[in-house]
Amino acid sequence: MSVFVFTLIVLAGSYLAGLLGSLTGLGGGVVIIPLLTVLLNVDIHYAIGASLVSVIATSSGSAAAYVKEGITNIRIGMFLEIATTIGAFFGAMLALHLQTSFIAILFGVILIFSAFMSLKKKDTQVNQQKSQWAEKLKLNGTYPDNGQTVTYGVRKVGGGFAMMAFAGLISGLLGIGSGSLKVVAMDSIMRIPFKVSTTTSNFMIGVTAAASAVVYLQRGYINPEISMPVVVGVLLGALTGSKILVHTSSSQWLRWVFAIVVTFLAVQMIYNGIHQKV
Amino acid sequence: MAERRTFKDTDMQQVLGWVLRIGVSLSMLVVCMGGVLYLYRHGHATVSYQKFTGIPHFVHSASGIWNGIFAGRGRAIIQAGIILLIATPVIRVVFSAVGFVIEKDWLYTGISLLVLLVIIISALTGHGG
Repeated sequence: MSVFVFTLIVLAGSYLAGLLGSLTGLGGGVVIIPLLTVLLNVDIHYAIGASLVSVIATSSGSAAAYVKEGITNIRIGMFLEIATTIGAFFGAMLALHLQTSFIAILFGVILIFSAFMSLKKKDTQVNQQKSQWAEKLKLNGTYPDNGQTVTYGVRKVGGGFAMMAFAGLISGLLGIGSGSLKVVAMDSIMRIPFKVSTTTSNFMIGVTAAASAVVYLQRGYINPEISMPVVVGVLLGALTGSKILVHTSSSQWLRWVFAIVVTFLAVQMIYNGIHQKV
Repeated sequence: MAERRTFKDTDMQQVLGWVLRIGVSLSMLVVCMGGVLYLYRHGHATVSYQKFTGIPHFVHSASGIWNGIFAGRGRAIIQAGIILLIATPVIRVVFSAVGFVIEKDWLYTGISLLVLLVIIISALTGHGG
């Protein structure tokens, strides 16, 4: 395949991945890696490196908009970034020693989990209960909602912190934002309101990814020829996605289609992993 | 601004928003410039990424990238843009730390510095392991 054709295919695929990732809230990284490895036969290490770079671009781009609106909780973000960056560092180190077939299988499993999570109904109740630790760490906050200010409390800080370290580990190991795991930590464990948790997760993904990207850079995982069309495509796709207003009914339909496509790709990757074809 | 006022969380949010926006835009511009140059020169070369072989020296080391930029090598320029992109969230953490110092929030100044420290340790030990 010539450089020109390869770049065009990756650019188009990344655009689609960024668009779908943004519309469904799954992120572009989860589609890019199967696209590169399964369809274009790219080595999984290069795929992980390119995906991680695109994750930094999209999360920083959308975080810029959210942080200005005052929804993001900077303190929760900074505090949990201690956990995610440490996790990401160990994840990136681990990626150097694990067999690629194992990485492919793990990726498939996380992919199916993320697809399932995107279909789950969101809990809209706001927690008012405040734990002692959340008080000490000044994690409780407010956010604007339809012109009103909503106050919320945070609980189970320790559990959330541990889950975040795991999310960071997976992010560093697989080169994805692992937004779905971050949402588990913040929504299900710490009971942070959905609006705050998604935007704060976005805010944290860039820093988490940077901690493992500095390891990847030195290991030669980040190939400029592959990363260039991936990062440009995913970012443009995500930008388009953020401009499209999706009705709730069609967004649910879109999530289902996306979940099925993603599950199909995930099964393919697990199959390749088991048969040592990666 | 004419009236005197104290630096608050909302001000910090504005600043951090701008840091992220400028970082992403600038790095994308550099990546695209390098990309056009690379495609112009090597568009018809044949590629295969089936086997992991690392990356060429001139895009792997800091000195290689630096020299590559001035030699007008597309891939070195792309890599410089990518490094700028990776640096963007790290610079955001530096700005958060400064913001917390201005707010006299020492707990969060410490937390921000701790996050920075983890990233620096990753960068310094990344070649080992």
